[in-house]
Amino acid sequence: MREIVLSTTPTGEAIADLRLGDVVYLDGLMYTAREGVYMRALEDKANIPMELPSQSAANFHCSPAARINPDGSFDMGAVTATASFRFAKWLPEWMAKTGAKLIVGKGGMTSKDYKEYFVPNGAVYLSTVGYGTGALLGRGVENVEAVHWNEELGLAQAMWVIKCNRMGPFIVASDLNGDCLFERENAKIAENVARVYEGTKPAVLKRYGESDDRTDEVI
Amino acid sequence: MIPISLIQSTAEVLMDKAAIEIPQDYLDGLQHAAKTEDGDLSSFVLKAMLDNYEAAKEDRRAMCGDTGVPRWFVKMGNDARVEGGMVALEAALRRATANATNGVPLRPNRVHPLWRTDHDNNVGIGAPEIEYGFEPEGEWIDLITVHKGGLFGTDYRMLFPSDGIQGIKRFYLDSLMAFGKRGLACQPAIIGIGLGGSKDICMTLGKRASTLRIVGSRNSDPRIAEMEDEFKDLGNSIGMGAMGFVGKNMVIDCNIEVGYCHTGGMPMSVHAFCLSSRRAVARIHADGRVEHRTDPDWFTDYQRRETVEWEPQREAAE
Repeated sequence: MREIVLSTTPTGEAIADLRLGDVVYLDGLMYTAREGVYMRALEDKANIPMELPSQSAANFHCSPAARINPDGSFDMGAVTATASFRFAKWLPEWMAKTGAKLIVGKGGMTSKDYKEYFVPNGAVYLSTVGYGTGALLGRGVENVEAVHWNEELGLAQAMWVIKCNRMGPFIVASDLNGDCLFERENAKIAENVARVYEGTKPAVLKRYGESDDRTDEVI
Repeated sequence: MIPISLIQSTAEVLMDKAAIEIPQDYLDGLQHAAKTEDGDLSSFVLKAMLDNYEAAKEDRRAMCGDTGVPRWFVKMGNDARVEGGMVALEAALRRATANATNGVPLRPNRVHPLWRTDHDNNVGIGAPEIEYGFEPEGEWIDLITVHKGGLFGTDYRMLFPSDGIQGIKRFYLDSLMAFGKRGLACQPAIIGIGLGGSKDICMTLGKRASTLRIVGSRNSDPRIAEMEDEFKDLGNSIGMGAMGFVGKNMVIDCNIEVGYCHTGGMPMSVHAFCLSSRRAVARIHADGRVEHRTDPDWFTDYQRRETVEWEPQREAAE
Protein backbone atom coordinates (compact mmCIF):
# COMPACT_ATOMS: atom_id res chain seq x y z
CA MET A 1 0.00 0.00 0.00
CA ARG A 2 1.22 3.51 -0.86
CA GLU A 3 2.13 5.90 1.93
CA ILE A 4 1.65 9.62 1.38
CA VAL A 5 2.34 12.67 3.55
CA LEU A 6 -0.31 15.30 2.82
CA SER A 7 -0.78 18.91 3.89
CA THR A 8 -4.07 19.91 5.57
CA THR A 9 -4.17 22.72 3.00
CA PRO A 10 -3.48 20.43 0.06
CA THR A 11 -3.03 21.50 -3.56
CA GLY A 12 -5.48 20.34 -6.19
CA GLU A 13 -2.71 18.20 -7.72
CA ALA A 14 -1.99 16.47 -4.40
CA ILE A 15 -5.66 15.57 -4.03
CA ALA A 16 -5.95 14.40 -7.63
CA ASP A 17 -3.01 12.09 -7.04
CA LEU A 18 -4.74 10.18 -4.19
CA ARG A 19 -5.99 6.68 -4.92
CA LEU A 20 -8.49 4.57 -2.99
CA GLY A 21 -6.70 2.61 -0.28
CA ASP A 22 -3.66 4.90 -0.05
CA VAL A 23 -2.35 5.41 3.49
CA VAL A 24 -2.09 9.09 4.40
CA TYR A 25 -0.29 11.03 7.15
CA LEU A 26 -1.29 14.66 7.73
CA ASP A 27 0.81 17.77 8.39
CA GLY A 28 -0.65 21.15 9.35
CA LEU A 29 -3.69 22.52 11.14
CA MET A 30 -6.87 20.46 11.37
CA TYR A 31 -10.08 21.39 13.16
CA THR A 32 -12.79 19.20 14.64
CA ALA A 33 -16.36 19.88 13.60
CA ARG A 34 -19.39 17.62 14.01
CA GLU A 35 -23.12 18.19 14.63
CA GLY A 36 -22.64 20.79 17.39
CA VAL A 37 -20.34 22.98 15.29
CA TYR A 38 -22.42 22.52 12.12
CA MET A 39 -25.62 23.53 13.86
CA ARG A 40 -24.02 26.54 15.53
CA ALA A 41 -22.30 27.76 12.37
CA LEU A 42 -24.95 26.92 9.77
CA GLU A 43 -28.27 27.04 11.60
CA ASP A 44 -27.52 29.61 14.31
CA LYS A 45 -25.29 31.57 11.88
CA ALA A 46 -22.49 32.06 14.42
CA ASN A 47 -19.22 33.41 12.99
CA ILE A 48 -16.69 30.63 12.45
CA PRO A 49 -13.73 31.53 14.68
CA MET A 50 -11.05 30.55 12.11
CA GLU A 51 -9.90 31.70 8.69
CA LEU A 52 -11.05 28.85 6.46
CA PRO A 53 -9.72 27.38 4.25
CA SER A 54 -6.46 29.38 4.43
CA GLN A 55 -5.63 28.08 7.92
CA SER A 56 -7.01 24.60 7.34
CA ALA A 57 -8.99 22.71 4.72
CA ALA A 58 -9.26 19.60 6.87
CA ASN A 59 -12.43 18.90 8.87
CA PHE A 60 -12.07 16.08 11.39
CA HIS A 61 -15.29 14.38 12.57
CA CYS A 62 -13.82 13.92 15.98
CA SER A 63 -14.20 14.56 19.67
CA PRO A 64 -10.91 14.05 21.45
CA ALA A 65 -10.29 12.57 24.87
CA ALA A 66 -8.94 15.84 26.20
CA ARG A 67 -9.15 18.33 29.03
CA ILE A 68 -8.71 22.05 29.53
CA ASN A 69 -6.38 22.69 32.47
CA PRO A 70 -7.12 25.39 35.07
CA ASP A 71 -4.30 27.52 33.56
CA GLY A 72 -5.98 27.37 30.15
CA SER A 73 -3.55 24.88 28.60
CA PHE A 74 -4.75 21.64 27.04
CA ASP A 75 -4.04 17.95 27.49
CA MET A 76 -5.03 15.81 24.56
CA GLY A 77 -4.76 12.04 24.97
CA ALA A 78 -6.42 9.97 22.29
CA VAL A 79 -8.19 11.20 19.16
CA THR A 80 -10.46 9.15 16.92
CA ALA A 81 -13.31 9.83 14.57
CA THR A 82 -17.03 9.42 14.84
CA ALA A 83 -19.24 8.01 12.05
CA SER A 84 -19.61 10.62 9.31
CA PHE A 85 -22.80 9.49 7.53
CA ARG A 86 -24.92 11.38 10.09
CA PHE A 87 -23.46 14.70 8.96
CA ALA A 88 -24.47 14.49 5.29
CA LYS A 89 -27.27 16.98 5.86
CA TRP A 90 -24.81 19.78 6.76
CA LEU A 91 -21.72 18.93 4.71
CA PRO A 92 -22.64 20.50 1.33
CA GLU A 93 -23.24 23.90 2.94
CA TRP A 94 -20.21 23.49 5.21
CA MET A 95 -17.93 22.76 2.27
CA ALA A 96 -19.26 25.69 0.28
CA LYS A 97 -18.73 27.97 3.24
CA THR A 98 -15.33 26.75 4.45
CA GLY A 99 -13.63 25.33 1.36
CA ALA A 100 -12.87 22.08 3.15
CA LYS A 101 -10.94 19.68 0.90
CA LEU A 102 -10.35 16.83 3.32
CA ILE A 103 -13.19 15.36 5.33
CA VAL A 104 -11.67 13.05 7.89
CA GLY A 105 -13.87 10.64 9.81
CA LYS A 106 -15.18 7.16 10.37
CA GLY A 107 -16.86 4.98 7.76
CA GLY A 108 -17.00 7.40 4.86
CA MET A 109 -20.03 8.69 2.96
CA THR A 110 -21.96 7.22 0.04
CA SER A 111 -20.68 7.53 -3.54
CA LYS A 112 -23.78 9.66 -4.12
CA ASP A 113 -22.49 12.16 -1.54
CA TYR A 114 -19.05 12.07 -3.14
CA LYS A 115 -20.39 12.69 -6.63
CA GLU A 116 -22.90 15.36 -5.57
CA TYR A 117 -20.72 17.65 -3.48
CA PHE A 118 -17.26 16.23 -2.76
CA VAL A 119 -16.12 16.07 -6.38
CA PRO A 120 -17.51 19.49 -7.40
CA ASN A 121 -15.67 20.99 -4.40
CA GLY A 122 -12.45 19.12 -5.21
CA ALA A 123 -12.67 17.29 -1.88
CA VAL A 124 -11.95 13.72 -0.79
CA TYR A 125 -12.70 11.61 2.26
CA LEU A 126 -10.00 10.18 4.53
CA SER A 127 -11.03 7.43 6.93
CA THR A 128 -9.41 6.81 10.28
CA VAL A 129 -8.14 3.26 10.74
CA GLY A 130 -9.48 0.54 13.03
CA TYR A 131 -11.47 1.99 14.56
CA GLY A 132 -9.72 3.50 16.29
CA THR A 133 -6.04 4.11 16.47
CA GLY A 134 -6.62 6.84 19.06
CA ALA A 135 -3.23 6.62 20.71
CA LEU A 136 -1.32 6.64 17.40
CA LEU A 137 -3.29 9.66 16.20
CA GLY A 138 -2.77 11.32 19.58
CA ARG A 139 0.97 11.04 19.03
CA GLY A 140 0.51 13.01 15.83
CA VAL A 141 -0.86 16.02 17.71
CA GLU A 142 2.09 18.38 17.96
CA ASN A 143 0.08 21.05 19.70
CA VAL A 144 -3.49 22.01 20.57
CA GLU A 145 -3.72 25.52 19.14
CA ALA A 146 -7.17 26.47 20.43
CA VAL A 147 -10.58 25.25 21.44
CA HIS A 148 -13.64 27.23 20.38
CA TRP A 149 -17.23 27.10 21.59
CA ASN A 150 -16.47 24.70 24.45
CA GLU A 151 -18.71 26.67 26.80
CA GLU A 152 -21.61 26.63 24.37
CA LEU A 153 -21.17 23.04 23.15
CA GLY A 154 -19.21 21.14 25.82
CA LEU A 155 -15.78 19.57 25.38
CA ALA A 156 -16.99 16.73 23.15
CA GLN A 157 -18.71 18.96 20.59
CA ALA A 158 -16.33 21.92 20.76
CA MET A 159 -14.19 23.02 17.80
CA TRP A 160 -10.65 21.89 18.60
CA VAL A 161 -7.81 23.23 16.47
CA ILE A 162 -4.86 20.88 16.41
CA LYS A 163 -1.46 21.05 14.79
CA CYS A 164 -0.72 17.72 13.13
CA ASN A 165 2.77 16.38 12.73
CA ARG A 166 2.68 13.35 10.46
CA MET A 167 -0.61 12.38 12.06
CA GLY A 168 -1.95 9.05 10.89
CA PRO A 169 -2.58 6.55 9.58
CA PHE A 170 -5.63 7.50 7.51
CA ILE A 171 -6.96 5.63 4.46
CA VAL A 172 -8.16 7.36 1.30
CA ALA A 173 -11.83 6.34 1.04
CA SER A 174 -12.95 8.51 -1.89
CA ASP A 175 -11.33 10.00 -4.97
CA LEU A 176 -12.04 12.73 -7.50
CA ASN A 177 -14.11 10.30 -9.58
CA GLY A 178 -16.46 10.05 -6.62
CA ASP A 179 -15.63 6.37 -6.16
CA CYS A 180 -16.09 4.90 -2.68
CA LEU A 181 -13.64 2.44 -1.12
CA PHE A 182 -16.24 0.99 1.25
CA GLU A 183 -18.77 0.40 -1.53
CA ARG A 184 -16.08 -1.35 -3.58
CA GLU A 185 -15.43 -3.68 -0.63
CA ASN A 186 -19.17 -4.17 0.00
CA ALA A 187 -19.61 -5.30 -3.59
CA LYS A 188 -16.91 -7.96 -3.22
CA ILE A 189 -18.40 -9.23 0.04
CA ALA A 190 -21.92 -9.27 -1.44
CA GLU A 191 -20.96 -12.15 -3.75
CA ASN A 192 -20.78 -14.44 -0.73
CA VAL A 193 -23.87 -13.30 1.16
CA ALA A 194 -26.39 -15.75 -0.31
CA ARG A 195 -24.17 -18.69 0.64
CA VAL A 196 -23.74 -17.48 4.24
CA TYR A 197 -27.50 -17.01 4.67
CA GLU A 198 -28.36 -20.38 3.16
CA GLY A 199 -30.86 -22.25 5.34
CA THR A 200 -31.68 -19.30 7.59
CA LYS A 201 -35.20 -17.90 7.48
CA PRO A 202 -36.83 -14.53 7.96
CA ALA A 203 -38.39 -13.80 11.34
CA VAL A 204 -42.03 -14.78 11.84
CA LEU A 205 -42.84 -11.27 13.12
CA LYS A 206 -41.72 -8.56 10.71
CA ARG A 207 -40.86 -4.97 11.60
CA TYR A 208 -41.67 -1.70 9.90
CA GLY A 209 -38.62 -0.95 7.88
CA GLU A 210 -38.81 -4.45 6.39
CA SER A 211 -42.03 -3.13 4.94
CA ASP A 212 -42.12 0.60 4.31
CA ASP A 213 -45.87 0.53 3.77
CA ARG A 214 -47.41 1.47 7.11
CA THR A 215 -50.76 0.12 5.99
CA ASP A 216 -49.19 -3.37 5.95
CA GLU A 217 -49.38 -5.74 8.86
CA VAL A 218 -46.08 -7.05 10.20
CA ILE A 219 -47.18 -10.67 10.73
CA MET B 1 -15.56 -3.42 56.67
CA ILE B 2 -14.15 -2.09 53.40
CA PRO B 3 -13.15 1.59 53.65
CA ILE B 4 -14.90 3.88 51.18
CA SER B 5 -11.64 5.68 50.36
CA LEU B 6 -10.17 2.38 49.14
CA ILE B 7 -13.21 1.83 46.92
CA GLN B 8 -12.81 5.23 45.31
CA SER B 9 -9.04 5.01 44.82
CA THR B 10 -9.33 1.49 43.36
CA ALA B 11 -12.13 2.65 41.08
CA GLU B 12 -9.96 5.48 39.75
CA VAL B 13 -7.16 3.03 38.92
CA LEU B 14 -9.70 0.81 37.12
CA MET B 15 -10.99 3.71 35.02
CA ASP B 16 -7.42 4.38 33.91
CA LYS B 17 -6.58 0.75 33.16
CA ALA B 18 -9.81 0.14 31.22
CA ALA B 19 -9.17 3.11 28.94
CA ILE B 20 -5.48 2.41 28.34
CA GLU B 21 -4.70 -1.32 28.60
CA ILE B 22 -6.13 -3.83 26.17
CA PRO B 23 -7.14 -7.00 28.09
CA GLN B 24 -4.74 -9.89 27.43
CA ASP B 25 -7.44 -12.36 26.31
CA TYR B 26 -8.66 -9.98 23.62
CA LEU B 27 -5.10 -9.10 22.60
CA ASP B 28 -4.28 -12.81 22.18
CA GLY B 29 -7.42 -13.22 20.08
CA LEU B 30 -6.58 -10.26 17.87
CA GLN B 31 -2.97 -11.35 17.41
CA HIS B 32 -4.24 -14.73 16.26
CA ALA B 33 -6.65 -12.99 13.88
CA ALA B 34 -3.82 -10.84 12.50
CA LYS B 35 -1.84 -14.01 11.67
CA THR B 36 -4.69 -15.59 9.75
CA GLU B 37 -5.88 -12.44 7.96
CA ASP B 38 -4.97 -12.24 4.27
CA GLY B 39 -7.04 -9.30 2.99
CA ASP B 40 -4.42 -6.56 2.45
CA LEU B 41 -6.58 -3.69 3.75
CA SER B 42 -7.90 -5.62 6.75
CA SER B 43 -4.39 -6.90 7.55
CA PHE B 44 -3.14 -3.33 7.55
CA VAL B 45 -5.93 -2.34 9.94
CA LEU B 46 -5.18 -5.15 12.41
CA LYS B 47 -1.48 -4.34 12.35
CA ALA B 48 -2.25 -0.66 13.05
CA MET B 49 -4.49 -1.66 15.97
CA LEU B 50 -1.74 -3.81 17.49
CA ASP B 51 0.67 -0.84 17.18
CA ASN B 52 -1.99 1.34 18.76
CA TYR B 53 -2.26 -0.81 21.91
CA GLU B 54 1.51 -0.50 22.34
CA ALA B 55 1.42 3.27 21.88
CA ALA B 56 -1.42 3.62 24.40
CA LYS B 57 0.43 1.63 27.04
CA GLU B 58 3.75 3.37 26.42
CA ASP B 59 2.28 6.88 26.55
CA ARG B 60 -0.39 6.05 29.18
CA ARG B 61 -3.00 7.57 26.90
CA ALA B 62 -6.43 6.17 26.04
CA MET B 63 -6.48 3.53 23.26
CA CYS B 64 -9.33 5.24 21.45
CA GLY B 65 -10.52 8.84 21.31
CA ASP B 66 -14.05 7.62 21.87
CA THR B 67 -13.62 6.28 25.38
CA GLY B 68 -17.16 4.90 25.46
CA VAL B 69 -19.74 5.27 28.20
CA PRO B 70 -18.18 4.23 31.51
CA ARG B 71 -20.34 1.97 33.67
CA TRP B 72 -19.92 -0.22 36.74
CA PHE B 73 -20.74 -3.77 37.70
CA VAL B 74 -20.40 -4.42 41.40
CA LYS B 75 -20.33 -7.94 42.74
CA MET B 76 -20.26 -8.71 46.44
CA GLY B 77 -19.70 -11.76 48.54
CA ASN B 78 -22.69 -12.24 50.84
CA ASP B 79 -20.69 -11.15 53.91
CA ALA B 80 -19.11 -8.02 52.43
CA ARG B 81 -19.66 -4.76 54.27
CA VAL B 82 -18.88 -1.33 52.90
CA GLU B 83 -18.16 1.71 55.06
CA GLY B 84 -21.13 4.05 54.73
CA GLY B 85 -23.23 1.42 52.94
CA MET B 86 -24.24 1.24 49.30
CA VAL B 87 -25.18 4.91 48.99
CA ALA B 88 -21.58 5.78 49.90
CA LEU B 89 -20.33 3.22 47.38
CA GLU B 90 -22.41 4.75 44.60
CA ALA B 91 -21.12 8.21 45.44
CA ALA B 92 -17.53 6.90 45.37
CA LEU B 93 -18.04 5.34 41.92
CA ARG B 94 -19.56 8.57 40.58
CA ARG B 95 -16.63 10.57 41.98
CA ALA B 96 -14.11 8.13 40.49
CA THR B 97 -15.83 8.35 37.09
CA ALA B 98 -15.76 12.15 37.13
CA ASN B 99 -12.18 12.38 38.42
CA ALA B 100 -10.83 9.88 35.87
CA THR B 101 -12.65 11.62 33.00
CA ASN B 102 -10.61 14.72 33.74
CA GLY B 103 -7.51 12.84 34.86
CA VAL B 104 -6.78 10.28 32.11
CA PRO B 105 -8.32 12.22 30.23
CA LEU B 106 -11.38 10.44 28.83
CA ARG B 107 -13.83 11.97 26.42
CA PRO B 108 -16.82 13.39 28.31
CA ASN B 109 -19.35 11.45 26.26
CA ARG B 110 -22.41 11.60 28.49
CA VAL B 111 -25.03 14.19 27.68
CA HIS B 112 -28.73 14.71 28.37
CA PRO B 113 -30.67 12.96 25.56
CA LEU B 114 -32.84 16.00 24.78
CA TRP B 115 -31.03 19.09 26.04
CA ARG B 116 -27.53 17.75 25.22
CA THR B 117 -26.26 19.17 28.52
CA ASP B 118 -22.68 17.94 29.08
CA HIS B 119 -21.21 18.06 32.59
CA ASP B 120 -17.83 17.25 31.01
CA ASN B 121 -17.33 14.42 33.49
CA ASN B 122 -19.37 11.41 32.26
CA VAL B 123 -21.77 11.76 35.20
CA GLY B 124 -25.44 12.64 34.90
CA ILE B 125 -28.92 11.18 35.21
CA GLY B 126 -28.47 7.40 35.32
CA ALA B 127 -24.81 7.74 34.39
CA PRO B 128 -22.65 5.86 35.10
CA GLU B 129 -24.91 2.82 35.31
CA ILE B 130 -24.21 0.74 38.41
CA GLU B 131 -25.44 -2.84 38.43
CA TYR B 132 -25.11 -5.43 41.16
CA GLY B 133 -24.54 -9.13 41.58
CA PHE B 134 -24.03 -11.28 44.66
CA GLU B 135 -22.24 -14.51 45.48
CA PRO B 136 -23.15 -16.85 48.34
CA GLU B 137 -19.85 -16.54 50.19
CA GLY B 138 -17.06 -14.07 50.87
CA GLU B 139 -16.30 -10.69 52.40
CA TRP B 140 -14.86 -9.26 49.17
CA ILE B 141 -16.26 -6.84 46.67
CA ASP B 142 -15.47 -6.95 42.93
CA LEU B 143 -15.45 -3.64 41.08
CA ILE B 144 -15.77 -4.05 37.33
CA THR B 145 -15.75 -1.13 34.94
CA VAL B 146 -16.72 -1.44 31.29
CA HIS B 147 -16.43 1.44 28.83
CA LYS B 148 -18.37 0.14 25.86
CA GLY B 149 -19.04 2.23 22.79
CA GLY B 150 -22.55 3.49 22.66
CA LEU B 151 -23.82 3.86 19.10
CA PHE B 152 -23.50 0.86 16.78
CA GLY B 153 -23.34 -2.91 16.87
CA THR B 154 -26.31 -3.65 19.10
CA ASP B 155 -29.80 -4.78 18.20
CA TYR B 156 -32.82 -6.52 19.70
CA ARG B 157 -35.59 -8.59 18.19
CA MET B 158 -38.55 -10.55 19.52
CA LEU B 159 -38.29 -13.98 17.95
CA PHE B 160 -40.65 -16.88 18.62
CA PRO B 161 -40.14 -20.62 19.16
CA SER B 162 -41.21 -21.23 15.55
CA ASP B 163 -38.30 -19.07 14.34
CA GLY B 164 -35.99 -21.76 15.72
CA ILE B 165 -32.24 -21.89 15.38
CA GLN B 166 -32.38 -20.77 11.73
CA GLY B 167 -34.19 -17.62 12.81
CA ILE B 168 -31.55 -17.00 15.47
CA LYS B 169 -28.82 -17.39 12.85
CA ARG B 170 -30.60 -15.00 10.51
CA PHE B 171 -30.86 -12.23 13.09
CA TYR B 172 -27.25 -12.78 14.16
CA LEU B 173 -26.05 -12.44 10.55
CA ASP B 174 -28.33 -9.45 9.96
CA SER B 175 -26.77 -7.67 12.93
CA LEU B 176 -23.22 -8.41 11.79
CA MET B 177 -23.97 -7.34 8.22
CA ALA B 178 -25.80 -4.17 9.25
CA PHE B 179 -23.13 -2.92 11.65
CA GLY B 180 -20.10 -4.57 10.06
CA LYS B 181 -20.27 -2.63 6.80
CA ARG B 182 -17.85 0.29 6.84
CA GLY B 183 -16.75 -1.09 10.20
CA LEU B 184 -19.39 0.71 12.24
CA ALA B 185 -19.21 -2.07 14.86
CA CYS B 186 -15.41 -1.57 15.17
CA GLN B 187 -14.88 -5.28 14.51
CA PRO B 188 -13.36 -7.80 14.86
CA ALA B 189 -15.12 -7.86 18.20
CA ILE B 190 -16.34 -10.05 21.01
CA ILE B 191 -19.95 -10.65 20.03
CA GLY B 192 -22.44 -11.23 22.83
CA ILE B 193 -25.82 -12.81 22.27
CA GLY B 194 -28.64 -12.66 24.80
CA LEU B 195 -31.40 -15.22 24.43
CA GLY B 196 -34.53 -15.15 26.56
CA GLY B 197 -35.25 -13.19 29.68
CA SER B 198 -37.80 -10.42 29.64
CA LYS B 199 -37.19 -7.78 26.97
CA ASP B 200 -34.89 -5.57 29.06
CA ILE B 201 -33.04 -8.52 30.58
CA CYS B 202 -32.50 -9.96 27.09
CA MET B 203 -30.52 -6.81 26.26
CA THR B 204 -28.69 -7.02 29.58
CA LEU B 205 -27.75 -10.68 29.01
CA GLY B 206 -26.29 -9.96 25.58
CA LYS B 207 -24.39 -6.92 26.77
CA ARG B 208 -22.96 -8.87 29.67
CA ALA B 209 -22.09 -11.79 27.37
CA SER B 210 -19.97 -9.45 25.25
CA THR B 211 -18.40 -7.40 28.04
CA LEU B 212 -18.23 -9.64 31.12
CA ARG B 213 -16.97 -12.85 29.50
CA ILE B 214 -13.49 -13.23 28.07
CA VAL B 215 -12.26 -14.61 24.77
CA GLY B 216 -12.04 -18.39 25.00
CA SER B 217 -14.62 -18.77 27.77
CA ARG B 218 -17.52 -21.11 27.10
CA ASN B 219 -21.04 -21.34 28.49
CA SER B 220 -21.39 -24.07 31.12
CA ASP B 221 -24.21 -25.67 29.10
CA PRO B 222 -22.30 -27.84 26.59
CA ARG B 223 -24.96 -27.41 23.87
CA ILE B 224 -24.77 -23.63 24.19
CA ALA B 225 -20.96 -23.89 24.16
CA GLU B 226 -21.23 -25.72 20.82
CA MET B 227 -23.46 -22.95 19.48
CA GLU B 228 -20.83 -20.39 20.53
CA ASP B 229 -18.20 -22.18 18.45
CA GLU B 230 -20.56 -22.53 15.53
CA PHE B 231 -21.63 -18.87 15.63
CA LYS B 232 -18.05 -17.67 15.84
CA ASP B 233 -17.23 -19.61 12.67
CA LEU B 234 -20.44 -18.46 10.98
CA GLY B 235 -19.60 -14.80 11.61
CA ASN B 236 -16.08 -15.30 10.30
CA SER B 237 -17.36 -17.00 7.15
CA ILE B 238 -19.10 -13.84 5.87
CA GLY B 239 -15.90 -12.68 4.20
CA MET B 240 -15.93 -9.36 6.01
CA GLY B 241 -13.08 -8.15 8.19
CA ALA B 242 -11.97 -5.03 10.01
CA MET B 243 -13.62 -1.78 8.81
CA GLY B 244 -15.91 -3.80 6.56
CA PHE B 245 -13.03 -4.60 4.20
CA VAL B 246 -12.75 -8.02 2.60
CA GLY B 247 -11.37 -10.30 5.30
CA LYS B 248 -11.70 -13.40 7.45
CA ASN B 249 -12.01 -11.92 10.90
CA MET B 250 -15.25 -10.40 12.11
CA VAL B 251 -15.72 -12.23 15.39
CA ILE B 252 -12.91 -12.71 17.92
CA ASP B 253 -15.29 -14.78 19.99
CA CYS B 254 -19.01 -15.31 20.37
CA ASN B 255 -20.50 -15.59 23.87
CA ILE B 256 -24.11 -16.58 24.48
CA GLU B 257 -26.05 -16.11 27.71
CA VAL B 258 -29.59 -17.26 28.33
CA GLY B 259 -32.42 -16.52 30.75
CA TYR B 260 -35.85 -18.06 31.11
CA CYS B 261 -38.43 -16.19 29.02
CA HIS B 262 -42.17 -16.13 28.31
CA THR B 263 -43.34 -19.50 27.03
CA GLY B 264 -44.53 -17.93 23.77
CA GLY B 265 -41.36 -16.03 22.92
CA MET B 266 -37.63 -16.25 22.23
CA PRO B 267 -36.27 -12.70 22.50
CA MET B 268 -32.77 -12.17 21.19
CA SER B 269 -30.17 -9.42 21.39
CA VAL B 270 -26.78 -9.04 19.70
CA HIS B 271 -23.96 -6.83 20.99
CA ALA B 272 -20.52 -6.09 19.59
CA PHE B 273 -17.77 -5.05 21.99
CA CYS B 274 -15.15 -3.12 20.01
CA LEU B 275 -11.48 -3.23 19.04
CA SER B 276 -10.71 -1.44 22.31
CA SER B 277 -12.61 -3.89 24.53
CA ARG B 278 -12.34 -1.75 27.63
CA ARG B 279 -12.84 -3.62 30.89
CA ALA B 280 -10.93 -3.76 34.15
CA VAL B 281 -11.60 -5.61 37.39
CA ALA B 282 -10.37 -5.50 40.96
CA ARG B 283 -11.29 -7.54 44.01
CA ILE B 284 -11.13 -5.63 47.29
CA HIS B 285 -10.86 -7.89 50.33
CA ALA B 286 -12.08 -7.07 53.82
CA ASP B 287 -8.46 -6.82 55.02
CA GLY B 288 -7.71 -4.11 52.44
CA ARG B 289 -5.89 -6.25 49.86
CA VAL B 290 -6.63 -5.29 46.24
CA GLU B 291 -6.15 -7.80 43.40
CA HIS B 292 -6.37 -6.55 39.82
CA ARG B 293 -7.44 -8.77 36.94
CA THR B 294 -9.17 -8.47 33.54
CA ASP B 295 -11.61 -11.40 33.75
CA PRO B 296 -14.86 -10.21 35.36
CA ASP B 297 -15.77 -13.85 36.07
CA TRP B 298 -19.36 -12.67 36.32
CA PHE B 299 -21.20 -15.74 35.07
CA THR B 300 -20.65 -18.17 37.92
CA ASP B 301 -22.87 -21.20 38.55
CA TYR B 302 -24.70 -19.04 41.09
CA GLN B 303 -25.51 -16.37 38.47
CA ARG B 304 -26.83 -19.07 36.14
CA ARG B 305 -28.77 -20.97 38.82
CA GLU B 306 -32.03 -22.62 37.77
CA THR B 307 -33.50 -23.87 41.04
CA VAL B 308 -35.59 -22.26 43.79
CA GLU B 309 -32.94 -22.70 46.49
CA TRP B 310 -29.16 -22.53 46.22
CA GLU B 311 -27.66 -25.39 48.12
CA PRO B 312 -24.58 -26.55 46.24
CA GLN B 313 -22.77 -27.69 49.38
CA ARG B 314 -25.50 -30.12 50.31
CA GLU B 315 -25.63 -31.40 46.73
CA ALA B 316 -21.87 -31.89 46.77
CA ALA B 317 -22.11 -33.89 50.01
CA GLU B 318 -24.77 -36.25 48.68
